[in-house]
Amino acid sequence: MIGLVNGVVWGPGGPVRSDVWVEGDTVVAVGAAPGPVEEVRDVTGMLVGPGFVDLHAHLRDPGQTWKEDLVSGTRAAAAGGFTAVVAMPNTTPATDTVDLVEDMRRRAGLEAVVLVVPAAALTVRREGKEPVDLEALHGAGVRVFTDDGDWVSDDAVIEELMMAAARLPGAVIAQHAEEPVLSAGGHMHEGELSRRLGVAGIPPAAEHEAVARDLLIAAATGATYHVQHVSSASTLDLVAEARERGVRVTVEVTPHHLDFDTGDLESLDPNLKMYPPLREPGDRIALREALVAGLIDAVATDHAPHLAGEKEVGFADSARGVIGLETAASVVWGVGQDPDLLFGSLSARPARIAGVGRHGHPVEPGSPANLVVFDPDRRWTPQQFHSRSANSPYLGRELTGRVALTLYEGSIVHEETP
Amino acid sequence: MKALLDVGSIGAAGLRGLLDRARDHADALRAGERVVPSLDGRVVGLLFFEPSTRTRVSFDLAAKRLGATVLVLDPDRSSINKGESLRDTVLTVSSIGAEILVVRHSEARSPALVHTWTGRPVINAGDGTNQHPTQALADCLTLEERFGSIQGLRVAIVGDIVHSRVAGSLVDALRTLGAEVILVGPDAMLPENDLPRSGDLDEVLAEVDVVYLLRIQRERGVEASDDYQSRFQLDFDRSARMKPEAVVMHPGPINRGVEISVEVADGPRSLILDQVACGVPVRMAALEAVGGIDW
Repeated sequence: MIGLVNGVVWGPGGPVRSDVWVEGDTVVAVGAAPGPVEEVRDVTGMLVGPGFVDLHAHLRDPGQTWKEDLVSGTRAAAAGGFTAVVAMPNTTPATDTVDLVEDMRRRAGLEAVVLVVPAAALTVRREGKEPVDLEALHGAGVRVFTDDGDWVSDDAVIEELMMAAARLPGAVIAQHAEEPVLSAGGHMHEGELSRRLGVAGIPPAAEHEAVARDLLIAAATGATYHVQHVSSASTLDLVAEARERGVRVTVEVTPHHLDFDTGDLESLDPNLKMYPPLREPGDRIALREALVAGLIDAVATDHAPHLAGEKEVGFADSARGVIGLETAASVVWGVGQDPDLLFGSLSARPARIAGVGRHGHPVEPGSPANLVVFDPDRRWTPQQFHSRSANSPYLGRELTGRVALTLYEGSIVHEETP
Repeated sequence: MKALLDVGSIGAAGLRGLLDRARDHADALRAGERVVPSLDGRVVGLLFFEPSTRTRVSFDLAAKRLGATVLVLDPDRSSINKGESLRDTVLTVSSIGAEILVVRHSEARSPALVHTWTGRPVINAGDGTNQHPTQALADCLTLEERFGSIQGLRVAIVGDIVHSRVAGSLVDALRTLGAEVILVGPDAMLPENDLPRSGDLDEVLAEVDVVYLLRIQRERGVEASDDYQSRFQLDFDRSARMKPEAVVMHPGPINRGVEISVEVADGPRSLILDQVACGVPVRMAALEAVGGIDW
């Protein structure tokens, strides 16, 4: 039995000072130790809660394992306090069949240190044309469907998919909401900076149009729709209005869209290049407020590993995306220093959206031992990563709050040595 | 000075130092004096990823006057067209032995990246729509030679300012040196900043000491409206309404008959060829500054 003693435990009634006892893959007690103790960690002053669940990670495996693979990606996840990661299907080949889903699960079972939850593509080869066999994939346990990186723009195709998904319990149609014509060729938010530097821009309208269309079809079909990495304030208005009408819609935001905006882009740091792009300061503030208010359900990393040689080639040529698994919790902690926000947006709500049953539960006797210990006072400066790639905007920037320990199904899979 | 990437970051003292040194070089060149070969034995790499005539030739001559060996990278004949990345190209040129890199590129901030990647001294010879510091320095030297000082001069910059890297640097330099700047052009061609602006050239014409014209950058997707010439072309009639001592400038290449009429381009107010001539001493000063030569 492992004990985590003197922590602040995020339980069903909110945070309480207590000890947590883990036997096998289960929390057996909160409070006094129920039996003989083998190992104890003093976690005085630290938060103990359910392990984080990432709705959006690119593990690059199979196909681009020089950037990341199931081992390095899940080690990075464990270091960031994640006990489950939803793996985006834009691999090579794209995850669009039951065989490929099961192959990923089998390999993850052998190699990964936390749970890998394969998301499946919406269309065959992610080409936006022919719907995948949603029913078969759902039967194989897939809940999140997305062509992430590309928005399914064909109205008939997305309507067919949403109609099918509406009949499958727990199925979520998740979209990278960027209308391809408006965003074509763009590298950053279209605004004063893009015009001044002569960099092709992506207007917020590209996201607005995509989400508006998806919400119309979600409303008509009754499907559950998930907006991936929301970037602009106007999209939030659309979502709020749709929710009021009863449309089943959930929203995620990335850590970097909460922390950075066009004001940080003067240097054209390639580690601030991603799609959707960083928007204006007003958008960033609106995203933070919407997260705190609960309009945004989850923080998802959009962990997108690339090697330096793929990023450090000038802004236009730079590969898109940044890593985020190892810094996400610090960023969310920075938004409100609020345990409910931390475990709500990084664990409980994303676990519910992705349908991962053994994750995201408040800590109480009987809950699964997928746990994270978070030290809210620890200051640290990311210098190197467990990820195979280091394309992080937080490289060299001081953060407050750090994951100290991660338990996956009762085993310690990450421990920070201070 | 490790790099000359933009005007803003070198400060007033840096700008003054470069202009004073450039003026010494200009005087020496005019007097036919032999220039001290301060960069003797050094290798200057000219990395022009975008077409250029005056800037490249002017850097070439400036480097040679200082005794440097010049290595010219011709984008038409190099591996750039074989898909080699900017980073790989500049690391190659740097490893071959180019010690001072002069970089022109269509993407803003590329010279700063080259400086980071190679650790070599870098001069920005024009990056996208961002900055073109040595052109602004040449323009300032031209103005100082004509007016003695830039302090208090009123300068109208006219035309496609938002897409002009020259304007980006020139506005910073002129304001640092105490000039008043007003931006003139159709709304769509003006940048989003707090500088005084006007959509009416005739309104400001009689009030300024300098009319600085810019061409419309068609290669960046801008088109002149049908009334552009009638509203903004500096023609003979408009030129006649300028102050008696006022001058006309243009960084080139000029489009005669669009932003400037033929007779004004060649007329007595025109300093266009003086600007070109000032390019060489200014670039000599810039090469020395980043090359670590003490003055």
